Amino acid sequence: MKQVKNKQQDQKVEVAKGKEGKSLILKVAGFREVGIIGFLVILVTIISLRNPVFLSFDNIYDIGLDTAILAIVAVGQMMVIITGGFDISVGSGIGLAGMISALILMRNWEISPFVAILIGIAIGGLLGSINGLLVVKGKIPPVITTLGTMSIFRGLTFIICFKFNQGNWVGAHKLSVPFKDFARGTFLKIPNLILITIIVYIVFYYFLNHTITGRQIYAVGSNINSAKAVGINTDKVTFLVYLLTGMLVGMAGVLWVSRYTSAQSDSGAGFEFITITAVILGGVSIFGGSGSIIGVLFGSVLIGVINNSLNIIRISPFWKLAINGFIILMAVIMDRIISNKRDEALLSRRRI
Amino acid sequence: MAEDMNEKNEKILELKNITKEFPGVVALKGVDFDLRYGEVHTLVGENGAGKSTLVKIIAGIYPQTSGDIIYEGGSVSWHNPLESIKRGIAAIYQEPTIFPDFNVAENIFMGHQSYNKVSRKINWRYLYKKTNTLMGGLVANIKPRDNIRGLSMAERQLVEIAKALSLNAKILIMDEPTSALSVSESRELFSIIQDLKKKGTSIIFISHRLEDIFNVADRVTVLRDGNCIGTKSMENISKDEVIQMMVGREVKNLFPKLEVKQGNELLRVEGMSRKGSFKDVDFCLNEGEILGFYGLVGSGRTEVAKAIFGLEPANRGKIFIKGKEVRITNPNMAIELGIGYVPENRDEEGLILDMSITSNITLPILEKFSKFGWLDNKAERKTAEEYSEMLDVKASNLEQNVLSLSGGNKQKVSLAKWLASEAKILLFDEPTKGIDIGAKAAIHKFISELVSKGFGILMISSELPEILGMSDNILVMHVGLIRGYYKRSEATQEKILASAISDNEIDSSNKVRY
Repeated sequence: MKQVKNKQQDQKVEVAKGKEGKSLILKVAGFREVGIIGFLVILVTIISLRNPVFLSFDNIYDIGLDTAILAIVAVGQMMVIITGGFDISVGSGIGLAGMISALILMRNWEISPFVAILIGIAIGGLLGSINGLLVVKGKIPPVITTLGTMSIFRGLTFIICFKFNQGNWVGAHKLSVPFKDFARGTFLKIPNLILITIIVYIVFYYFLNHTITGRQIYAVGSNINSAKAVGINTDKVTFLVYLLTGMLVGMAGVLWVSRYTSAQSDSGAGFEFITITAVILGGVSIFGGSGSIIGVLFGSVLIGVINNSLNIIRISPFWKLAINGFIILMAVIMDRIISNKRDEALLSRRRI
Repeated sequence: MAEDMNEKNEKILELKNITKEFPGVVALKGVDFDLRYGEVHTLVGENGAGKSTLVKIIAGIYPQTSGDIIYEGGSVSWHNPLESIKRGIAAIYQEPTIFPDFNVAENIFMGHQSYNKVSRKINWRYLYKKTNTLMGGLVANIKPRDNIRGLSMAERQLVEIAKALSLNAKILIMDEPTSALSVSESRELFSIIQDLKKKGTSIIFISHRLEDIFNVADRVTVLRDGNCIGTKSMENISKDEVIQMMVGREVKNLFPKLEVKQGNELLRVEGMSRKGSFKDVDFCLNEGEILGFYGLVGSGRTEVAKAIFGLEPANRGKIFIKGKEVRITNPNMAIELGIGYVPENRDEEGLILDMSITSNITLPILEKFSKFGWLDNKAERKTAEEYSEMLDVKASNLEQNVLSLSGGNKQKVSLAKWLASEAKILLFDEPTKGIDIGAKAAIHKFISELVSKGFGILMISSELPEILGMSDNILVMHVGLIRGYYKRSEATQEKILASAISDNEIDSSNKVRY
């Protein structure tokens, strides 16, 4: 009798602990998004106090447009980081995909913006496949692979520009009006760029959180050996991640051309680091295996807000770079502290 | 020989009543050990007997919990390995620790290069000369400037020995030095050991191979479960006596073994080989059968399981599932054929620690929960609940991360996914390693229940009581080959251990049947 009673007591204690524990972990893990949102709110408050123009409709609109392309590419970067790599070729990919698309559009004014985007996706997909093959078949670490393709893609951009346009950039006068207006246009009162961003996020939210492949991506990133041991085709999954990222990059490349109404050989240079910052600020662990797409959205918005606010309060552009770097370091340190605390919390609850 | 013993009876090293406790386990219990000048003293025992722990204490890697060490007549206590090295105790472990990007001389003198005290410049000429002398005493054709990467395992062992000699080692500890060597290379090593002995070096030698021991040792000390069973001179002891000492515990029947009638053949393996791992493996597994795989570390059992599961496929041989020949080149194929693999390292290979219990259980069979491309979380949770309950997984919430579970519960989750995938053949690698007694018994009970339902289980284990208590038949492997096959009724600890450590095939009256 005594034994049974004790067992019940034990179970009660466990359930109580469990509830307690659950709220602790929720607190800790959810902190990441809460932290970003909190930081955002504080920043917005401070800046708008300093300069009320910050919260004007026009300014918010600008922030949105500036952030859209970043947010789109950040989704791809997020998937790559979840699987344990980094894609530092995205900036060059944007440049190359943008340049090729622009050269095509230049000679075919009848192509609608919608089709232009599809062309961009196709080109980007090709570039992403190259990355994917090198990583999977060549077994080259992703950072090294994309370090190489970063240069190759950028070099190709210059070469193609030289071959097909005598080295001139594709200027605004070479592009059709509908295309140029696309980035600033609206559809049902919603700006096109923002609409596309929303669609991308809905699609990938669903993909990552509710499909088999999405689950497998997280598994491969968290522990590739265990993933193999449950029959997951880790090669296929890894390749797919780079392919999808490439497609997003291609789309971004075309949108970039429309937004800045020109395709330049150095378009997108350095962009990869901003995408990585956005992803890390969004709470994705740099060690792979975890991270939410919503966080990445907030991370991108945060960067857009920071950039914009630094301009609004008239900080010199030279400082911006340093501040950017500082923020990444802060985010990574925060990330480490949070995941250590979370692991501690989980381990201490263990029934040995 | 006897006269030599009397003359050199002085002890260079004496360990008195050494106890070593780690959190949760006592590795050594009051062990006495001594080493005489110029002697080769072997240390033997099963996996986990405490041999490595003992030599690590001698080498200063960690201190004993209690007990005394007396070296060269004086009491010592090491605070770090460097102190023991400075006093002349050198250790060589199973895997030669080399610096692959440096040459032979640099490796030998790493950390103790002679240098000009004023200019701080390393005196390479002297080092190369010394290397020649050292290596020359060991083997003819290795030059100081040779790149160490190009050397074979055996040659690297020799470099390690040279390293020890360069430190003027008075005591040389060798932990399983022959595990990576061929028979002829081992013989060469033995003659080098004899030379070292003549020059006055005392040697402690750990080995699993009885042949090695009888070839080279003067005395042998047997450890079992952290206790020192005895120290005997090699002159008057036989192989059987050594085995008896290694094993002699009572096998208490702690294992709930149900009488299960065996059914049809589930799995049959013929002539399976994988280069560098195992060779000519044949066996079969029936419904309702627990086939135990015993062997010491490195015997190739895990590799066989991984080959059947498609993780590290075999180069040669045939696999038959339910009588039909199949080819298994990746885990997905194995899973579809109804095979499940519960790995030895649950954290590294069996589970995804970041994911929930539910996700871990449903991971191999996600297609079953996918409706029009949408994963049905509710159905997943239901399945996870079903199998967690079946295995009595103690967790407050199935959505919590597996990281937070105890070892026993983690193992249950690792198993649960194969039950959920409806595997019929389970490859269980060390099912109760690192698990407390209570959970151990639960897992054993569960294994018995599974086979009563027609499962076939291949159980790899290094624990003799577990193998003897649970298996219907026992297969013993040694360095990649099958050395013995015993039915439950005729298996004894001595026979199994003898097969596991012998270089010759034990004449078991039953050859493998298929």
